[in-house]
Amino acid sequence: MSAAGTGQDAATHDLDVRGAVKRFADHVAVDQLSFSVARGSFFSILGPSGCGKTTLLRMIAGFIQPDDGEILIGGRSMAGVGPNRRPVNMVFQQLALFPMMSVGDNVAFGLARRGVARAERLRRAQAMLERVGLGGAARKKVDELSGGQRQRVAIARSLVLEPTLLLLDEPLGALDLKLREHMKIELKQLQAAFGTTFVYITHDQSEALVLSDHVGVMNRGRFEQQGTPQQLYYEPATPFVAGFVGANNRIVGRATGVAGAIVSITSEQGWLIRARSATAIAAGTAVEAFVRPEVAVLARAAADLPAGQPAHGGEVESLLFDGANSAVLLRERQSRVEFRIALPQTGQFADLRVGEPIHFSFDPARAVCFPAGVAHA
Amino acid sequence: MPDATSGPAWERRLLLGLLLAPALLWLFALIVLPQIDLALLSFRERVAPREYVASLAQYRTFFAEPLYWHVFVRTAVMSLAATLATLLIAFPVAWTIAKLLRGRLSALLFVVCLIPFWVSETVRTLGWMILLRESGVLPALLAHLGVTAAPVELLYHDATILVGLVYTSLLFMVVPLVSSLESLDNSLIEAAYDLGGSGWSILREIVIPHAAPGITAGCIVVFMLMLGNYLTPTLLGGKSSQWFTEQIYTQFIVRFNWEQGAAFGFLLLALSTSMVWLGLKLSGQRFGDVMRRT
Amino acid sequence: MQAVLPMLLALALLGGGAARADDSKRLRIITWSDYVPAEVIADFKKETGIQAEVTLSNNEEIISKLRATGGAGFDLAQPSQDRIVGAQQEFRIYKPFDLSQVRLDQFMPDLLATVRKNATLDGKLYGLPYVWGAEGLVVNSKRAKLADYGDLCRPEYKGKTSIRLRRPVLMAFAFASGKDPFALYGDIKAYSALMESVGRTLIACKPNFRFFFDNKDQALNGVRSGELVAAMMWDSGGWALNRENPDIRFINPKSGAIAWLDTFALPARGKNDAGAYAWINFTMRPAIAAKIAKSIGNFTASKGADELADPRLKAQFKESFPDGFRNVRWYPAIPAGLEEIEGKILDRIKAAD
Repeated sequence: MSAAGTGQDAATHDLDVRGAVKRFADHVAVDQLSFSVARGSFFSILGPSGCGKTTLLRMIAGFIQPDDGEILIGGRSMAGVGPNRRPVNMVFQQLALFPMMSVGDNVAFGLARRGVARAERLRRAQAMLERVGLGGAARKKVDELSGGQRQRVAIARSLVLEPTLLLLDEPLGALDLKLREHMKIELKQLQAAFGTTFVYITHDQSEALVLSDHVGVMNRGRFEQQGTPQQLYYEPATPFVAGFVGANNRIVGRATGVAGAIVSITSEQGWLIRARSATAIAAGTAVEAFVRPEVAVLARAAADLPAGQPAHGGEVESLLFDGANSAVLLRERQSRVEFRIALPQTGQFADLRVGEPIHFSFDPARAVCFPAGVAHA
Repeated sequence: MPDATSGPAWERRLLLGLLLAPALLWLFALIVLPQIDLALLSFRERVAPREYVASLAQYRTFFAEPLYWHVFVRTAVMSLAATLATLLIAFPVAWTIAKLLRGRLSALLFVVCLIPFWVSETVRTLGWMILLRESGVLPALLAHLGVTAAPVELLYHDATILVGLVYTSLLFMVVPLVSSLESLDNSLIEAAYDLGGSGWSILREIVIPHAAPGITAGCIVVFMLMLGNYLTPTLLGGKSSQWFTEQIYTQFIVRFNWEQGAAFGFLLLALSTSMVWLGLKLSGQRFGDVMRRT
Repeated sequence: MQAVLPMLLALALLGGGAARADDSKRLRIITWSDYVPAEVIADFKKETGIQAEVTLSNNEEIISKLRATGGAGFDLAQPSQDRIVGAQQEFRIYKPFDLSQVRLDQFMPDLLATVRKNATLDGKLYGLPYVWGAEGLVVNSKRAKLADYGDLCRPEYKGKTSIRLRRPVLMAFAFASGKDPFALYGDIKAYSALMESVGRTLIACKPNFRFFFDNKDQALNGVRSGELVAAMMWDSGGWALNRENPDIRFINPKSGAIAWLDTFALPARGKNDAGAYAWINFTMRPAIAAKIAKSIGNFTASKGADELADPRLKAQFKESFPDGFRNVRWYPAIPAGLEEIEGKILDRIKAAD
């Protein structure tokens, strides 16, 4: 199913999940899930809310027992091992720092539970705080820290125990956008510096892509796809992944011709496009095609479009200015299908007007299509 | 008319004072004045019919007659023991209500704690008497089950007083505990567990420090209720069981010795005040924080 | 606005009394339970239009409540005859009777003579007789045999007897020890010594007492349920139990039952003296007094009511007091100061282990 787990020795995995199942009264939250996380890597589980990722994480942490299957951490089965005995620590969504203790005591809490002598644990807590850049904060109260500092304390509190695995439950969710961008980088640097295996859950595909070595895209209790961020982005294995990871134009239609890997598709509204098929597709089957906004090319004259790509025409519907992520939303001339295209950074199309006619094209090999009707959210 | 909030500080304070005046007057008339009267009463002594002189005799009697301070100490110690017992019983109950049960079940358990208060204290206490007396329900049951050879008298022991006091006060402990435990974020407990904490260490390091204001508030209220209780110790207690409030009642009503009764009343007030102060000091709480919890 | 609230409160406080029904149309009585049957209240209302309102109490509370208000709040009180003069000297809570308003011919002359002796202060009479009875021993004759108060302390009755820890029990045990406490009322030193010795006796006897009862029902329940085999108690209570279970009897102890006489007294600041006199004259009519006697289970001071009394009560009286009043002690008025001595002894008994 993926490159991350197969064919490698279990000893090099810090986490092995084998056929884990968790059912609740009315639904299956985690459905026969198996995957492995290589030692020292940053693994993200990406999925929409309700996909079962929190349940999965809590099973790994030990707060929930799987109904079936097995979880191995550092090669050791965790069946019957409580959260307080697992070589795993967790950074909670709301961080869950202890407000009744100083920052130093928060970091030393786990050491105290292990029976480390007071002087030694204070020393180690202080050293850990220094490593995360909070050397002077040991005596402060938790509520005297900023959001980013608290984040670091929460991570320090877990890492000081030198866990095999650090679990992170959407820890950036509560931060504002600017800080979130900053903490993303900091998290990645921390992981690199400590070398601890991170398992990170998020519903934010950008976090998952930026941070991770490997990502599992989770939907309805299962992984739709596992792979590097690049694989997920450029070679989505399912329509769900194509739709969930990164922005995409989705065109629903029917395969009207098949030439090798390239399929001709007529959309429901009658627009004819071509795309690469991800799996074998017979002519006449219903399909959905995905075209990334940055794959398409704009031109004011059809002649300016790259040679060899099918040319399309349309009208500008609206302009979505967002700095480097600016895009134009247009409608295909005949079918009126909505289509989004990223604006090039050159500023070439900065003077586009709404209603203006425009030409565009994309490389069919960089568009992808799937048989329709495959389960997705 | 100018906006009240924009005037100078003294003007605003005056306005606040005027607004509060009725309440303050009321408090003064109902609480402060009688206390002053009682204080004056406690510092005089009857020398002949209708003749009184200022004196410390009433307080001297208290210290000179071992009987009285024995009862005083006994009341304090038993109230303290009963308060601790109430805390130990109420804590799991509050924990269950606040953390383990959801929605209707939690509300139901709360109501179960409230039910005893639907009847008056007298009826409640008489209920205990019917249950515990030798010819009552519980001794008959114990004898029937073969636990005891014959029905035994469960009434009129100190333990019976404790049971009655705990029963009467449980709710006043459960309410502040529930409110302080409900505000405890579950993820703190999970985090502590995740970091290697055991049940006991989490209770000690996380739960109790978080619930401390609620615990202190509950203990203060319950302790004062017990110290000032009259009916339960009098009715459930044995023939040797004296409660200090009973002594005050006796002095006022049976002995017509208002002076002695007033002095005893002030000694009880001093006791409860100093215990509350001590409790706050020991638990490191501030009075204002604690009272907001109740 | 802020001035209105306290004014309203003051009005509510001051006007509380004025807002109530006309004072001449109601009669506030502070008395013992069963002393004022509902039937008699209804009869009185029909005849005079005055509504009697009853507050239940006991000797100590009557004095304390009247003391707290300086004798206000009630129009008629019913203390025991020996508890009037001392309280009046100390607290001035009563006013003397205007005997011209009372039909003295309705009272039994010897009881009238008793109150004249005990409830007169500075030549004025403060009490009129109402109901009398005696405290002695209630015994379950199937399970215990008692002849005198001291028998309550016999080892075979350990944990099975009870007393009310108030002054009558001190008197009873003083008589049982062969002394006459009433004769020592004037000699504080000798009286103290006697009380000390009674206190020691009762402390030694304490294991025998299952509990000290506070009210009649508690004592009745104890004997009725069999938890107690004997108790020092009022005759009427004993006779009530006797009607349920013939084995339970009220007996006149060898040292003598101690007779009490409860009275009418006028609170110093009562508001309806005319009503109070009307009530006294009404209740002392033989027919009304007989109804009262039946409710209380004791005899009243009304002359001629005894003939109308319940024959069963008369039979019980005869069984309990075969010699009539020959062996009965009547309380004299208590001089001030004695109750303080007794109080300390009672506290000591209560606290002893």
